[in-house]
Amino acid sequence: MTSDDTTLDDSAPRLEVDALLDDPRTRIVVCCGSGGVGKTTTAAALGVRAAERGRKVVVLTIDPARRLAQSMGISELDNVPRRVKGVDEAAGGELHAMMLDMKRTFDEIVEGHADADRARAILENPFYQSLSAGFAGTQEYMAMEKLGQLRASNEWDLIVVDTPPSRSALDFLDAPKRLGSFLDGKFIRVLMAPAKVGGRAGMKFLNVGMSMMTGTLSKLMGGQLLRDVQTFVAAMDTMFGGFRTRADATYRLLQAPGTAFLVVAAPERDALREAAYFVERLAAEQMPLAGLVLNRVHGSGAAQLSAERALAAAETLGEGLAEDDGAEGVHTENNLEPTGIVDLDGGKDASGTAGGLSPAAAADPAAPTSASAAQLAAGLLRLHAERMQVLARERRTRDRFTALHPEVPVTEVAALPGDVHDLAGLRAIGDRLALNGATTDRDTDD
Amino acid sequence: MSRLHVVSGKGGTGKTTVAAALALALATEGRRTLLVEVEGRQGIAQLFETEALPYEERKIAVGPASEGASRSDSVRGGGGRRAGEVHALAIDAERALLDYLQMFYKLGSAGRALKKLGAIDFATTIAPGLRDVLLTGKACEAVRRKDKQGRFVYDAVVMDAPPTGRITRFLNVNDEVAGLAKIGPIHNQAQAVMRVLKSPETAVHLVTLLEEMPVQETADGVAELRAAGLPVGGIVINMTRPALLDNGDLDLLAARGARAGVAKALSQAGLGGARRGGLADRLIDPLLEQAREHAERVELERAEHGELTAIGLPTYELELLPEGVDLAGLYQLARDLRKQGPI
Repeated sequence: MTSDDTTLDDSAPRLEVDALLDDPRTRIVVCCGSGGVGKTTTAAALGVRAAERGRKVVVLTIDPARRLAQSMGISELDNVPRRVKGVDEAAGGELHAMMLDMKRTFDEIVEGHADADRARAILENPFYQSLSAGFAGTQEYMAMEKLGQLRASNEWDLIVVDTPPSRSALDFLDAPKRLGSFLDGKFIRVLMAPAKVGGRAGMKFLNVGMSMMTGTLSKLMGGQLLRDVQTFVAAMDTMFGGFRTRADATYRLLQAPGTAFLVVAAPERDALREAAYFVERLAAEQMPLAGLVLNRVHGSGAAQLSAERALAAAETLGEGLAEDDGAEGVHTENNLEPTGIVDLDGGKDASGTAGGLSPAAAADPAAPTSASAAQLAAGLLRLHAERMQVLARERRTRDRFTALHPEVPVTEVAALPGDVHDLAGLRAIGDRLALNGATTDRDTDD
Repeated sequence: MSRLHVVSGKGGTGKTTVAAALALALATEGRRTLLVEVEGRQGIAQLFETEALPYEERKIAVGPASEGASRSDSVRGGGGRRAGEVHALAIDAERALLDYLQMFYKLGSAGRALKKLGAIDFATTIAPGLRDVLLTGKACEAVRRKDKQGRFVYDAVVMDAPPTGRITRFLNVNDEVAGLAKIGPIHNQAQAVMRVLKSPETAVHLVTLLEEMPVQETADGVAELRAAGLPVGGIVINMTRPALLDNGDLDLLAARGARAGVAKALSQAGLGGARRGGLADRLIDPLLEQAREHAERVELERAEHGELTAIGLPTYELELLPEGVDLAGLYQLARDLRKQGPI
């Protein structure tokens, strides 16, 4: 493998994040991808960057890590966007952020669409309570609902949305439709008024079937649950059309030209497989894909040195140390002997495992002996070999994606050693998003 | 010892891999393990490199050969040398409901009619509680199933469960369903399932990485599970990496003369000239930068490790497989788990 294998190539078009954020026509950015790839952090970083570049932004997050939420001042679930302090507003932008409260959002829809008595009847219904707190698609539906509301208010010129941590990244596209079809579906209608379904000829048969069915359901769920469902459906009846209309409106909003989807992934097999699937799905749904954000990509400033050579060199150094093992009482100067590896701290250093130094050596912060220098060098080389292997692996995974979807623009975000939980960290991520892998600490040899 | 192992973890921590490795680890010396999947992702089939799993239990692997054959507690008796078996099942809530209706109500064609009308879809999506009762119910049934001789059909059942954020809700079906179905078979089913889930027969294991968010979620998850009275098993720290350098080494590297020494060593190892601007010398800055990043990560991991230890549960560690998890890697992980004692 040549060192070229580990450098960025240009086979995939580059995603220009700043151009996307600066374009006043971009009104909605949706970050989607599988769990654990840094979607929420990406959304927050995009929000900070866009705001500091002069846009009035709101970030809608679904389930942020606690410290990230705290850093943006949205640790309370009040379902209202709050202004984030500490953002540089010199360019005329603002950053607002909110965390979705799905039950509250659902309640608000009910309250907004039914008179007070009817709303209360719905909100108190146990079936509604279960549906609003935990229906498999409620979170996704409410995220889209909230997005629609934020967009309709026209208070922000850019909305960045983080999608829910679904079992599959596609759930949020399907959920609104599923909830919509569920709520005004055939079966609910049947439960309500069996006689209305089917033509005259089918009526008798259907009614027999229906009474058997409601009987079965009643047996299965318990009569009380069935009654709750029926009461709920009766109370919600006037709102059903509304649900379908809203779901359709949100869906169209997502297809609109002002919307940009960013698929977020990490350079790992499963995450990129999911990302590829998602790209295909977005195309099928005619949703505008802006590109792929590849998070946590590793780089190396010494990519010219291959893993194999680094390991071989580390071994050479190790052999030199082993030969010297057992040398006793050699006086050690702080400066290095020009003749090479002869001086040793009683042979102790050399017996340590590669890279890990003996306590005696570590306790003395003075310059290392040449033996410990060799050992340090061997450790650095092993570390480098590991890094180069990571690079090669990440590159292979990425290439697989690029081969499948050469048309998708990509931006690579260099890995940070730690987690991000303050605005400075988000800013750093934003820089990396915009730099697109062209950071100073990688690939200097091409 | 637990017979139902529920494996959860934050997304991206590798819970499916750990569940599969655990199932393999438990399938030794003639033991039979059932590995169940509840989220319809076919992750198990991918791991075991087989085609998509249908809704039926089928054998997908034999357990690893036992090392030393020192365990005499083989349930199936015999020579103790017999390989165990891993069976797998992808549970589908709709199919489980139809089975259930068939079993208890002999629905036959009416079941199909219900399905056609969307009733099954309705019933399984109506409330997560109902769906979850069906999924956990099927797993609990497998745990309790006995053959004609009255022996358990499976010595252990391992469930690749929903992620940490949802696990307590998922398992705590009783609370979920109680609000909806106060009487009737679903109510009874939920009660029966809860009895198994809250018994010492069950252990919920959480998979984590040595990173801040997964560790935080693990701590929160353990607290939630405990509050719900669900038995927590162990914490599996996945994808650990060896520390090649630490802060002590960094101190040495910072010392006067270290740079020249390292450059010289690199040069001696054949990596170019050690003089300023030489090939070896030019390697030093990037290598040092990598070392600093590495040391920072090692520090962070140490802190996260401390957080995990403070939870006070047994921990198990699985090293990162640099080339990703293939079938051989899965067996390796199973052996590593077994070496760390019973889980």
